[in-house]
Amino acid sequence: MRIGVLALQGAFIEHQRAVESLGEECIQVRTRSDLFGLDGLILPGGESTVQGRLLSEQSLTQVLRGEIEGGMPVFGTCAGLILLSKRISNDENVYLGTMSVTVRRNAYGRQLGSFRVTSDMGAIKDFPMVFIRAPYIERVEGEAAALATVDGHIVAARERNMLATSFHPELAPDLRVHGYFLDMVRGRI
Amino acid sequence: MQNERYELNKNLAQMLKGGVIMDVTTPEQARIAEEAGACAVMALERIPADIRAAGGVARMSDPKMIKGIQEAVSIPVMAKCRIGHIAEARILEAIDIDFIDESEVLSPADDKYHIDKTRFSVPFVCGARDLGEALRRIAEGAAMIRTKGEPGTGDVVQAVRHMRAMNSEIARVTSMREDELFEEAKRLAVPVELLRSVHENGKLPVVNFAAGGVATPADAALMMMLGAEGVFVGSGIFKSGDPAKRARAIVRAVTHFSDAKYLAELSEDLGEAMVGINEEEIKTLMAERGK
Repeated sequence: MRIGVLALQGAFIEHQRAVESLGEECIQVRTRSDLFGLDGLILPGGESTVQGRLLSEQSLTQVLRGEIEGGMPVFGTCAGLILLSKRISNDENVYLGTMSVTVRRNAYGRQLGSFRVTSDMGAIKDFPMVFIRAPYIERVEGEAAALATVDGHIVAARERNMLATSFHPELAPDLRVHGYFLDMVRGRI
Repeated sequence: MQNERYELNKNLAQMLKGGVIMDVTTPEQARIAEEAGACAVMALERIPADIRAAGGVARMSDPKMIKGIQEAVSIPVMAKCRIGHIAEARILEAIDIDFIDESEVLSPADDKYHIDKTRFSVPFVCGARDLGEALRRIAEGAAMIRTKGEPGTGDVVQAVRHMRAMNSEIARVTSMREDELFEEAKRLAVPVELLRSVHENGKLPVVNFAAGGVATPADAALMMMLGAEGVFVGSGIFKSGDPAKRARAIVRAVTHFSDAKYLAELSEDLGEAMVGINEEEIKTLMAERGK
């Protein structure tokens, strides 16, 4: 199995290490040609404005949107969640816009509002969730369903082939959320 | 709790990787920077080239000016305090700044001690010319390191020198026997635990950016090729002929630093670069401040 991680900006190496620790190949994606032959793609944390702009210039936006709509499994964390969402309540931009969720950017405020909490994501119990200037999901619609909630806000959701978290599983030493995504790629869940 | 805060602060620096942090002096410049794809902005009253030209004592910026920039953009906003100026740092923390740069670009407030950054909730970035300096700043609580370069000159030679010095020392520490680390820690004047972390991981325990003298997309790409995890650009953008275009080009050069063909395209037709001063023409070497 060959997983790609979007490597335009942000914490992509952390995801690459997590996937490799689970015994799968992971490559960095910067251009359209890097997308060839991927079984799944991770959209990492970083600055969504930066990643969004770099995506559009490499005309990666349309190609990626097509792949995701065509069923390629994708996993977005933090900025990646923002790229996937159809609506951003406090920002007029839409990037890939494939997932039926409404997110709020910087929903917990600036860096002094960043935090860590241990909580459940479905069957994954007591996962260490790290939130860095994080967004949360205000609303899920259509086939999108909430997978985890912290303090009344949705922080993880899934819609068919799309998984997204507002926290950073790549910053935790715990590989269960990445394992969940790889199971999605394998078509098991 | 304090330890957890430090981890979160190092994590924020991880999110900035592969990005460009730009010096801005007005909300308008901040918007240009964000539009061009900056991953954060550094709010300051005067950019380093002007600080250098004006001379005199350079201090923390007016909090009102910083707040104006915080309101103008959604990306993280950083600001500088003087080396050792605990009160300036507390003021910046009080206005909810995302990152404080305890910076040699401003006039040092303390010629002996840096701020004990472990006492703060807000993250700090500090300059370092070599491994010893980097690990001393990290021991004091810095969540991110950058080269010192020579700010405001448009001359990349010092940033290159610092990055190379850091890399070759890290390589040397990595190849040492474990029982040699104690003596090396003594020589570098750093805690042995931090040195052990470098020995085991072959890198600093925090993110390491390049800073100082970056003026062109090629400069930015060079620093990435030498192992920087991202780039600060100070005077290079808003002292140039077409800031928006140059800012855009530098952001793209950092992402695609190994694609020479694309770098060539990015380097075309950028207008006038900042004039720059050569290292040997300068009277005040800011990198010499705070060791």
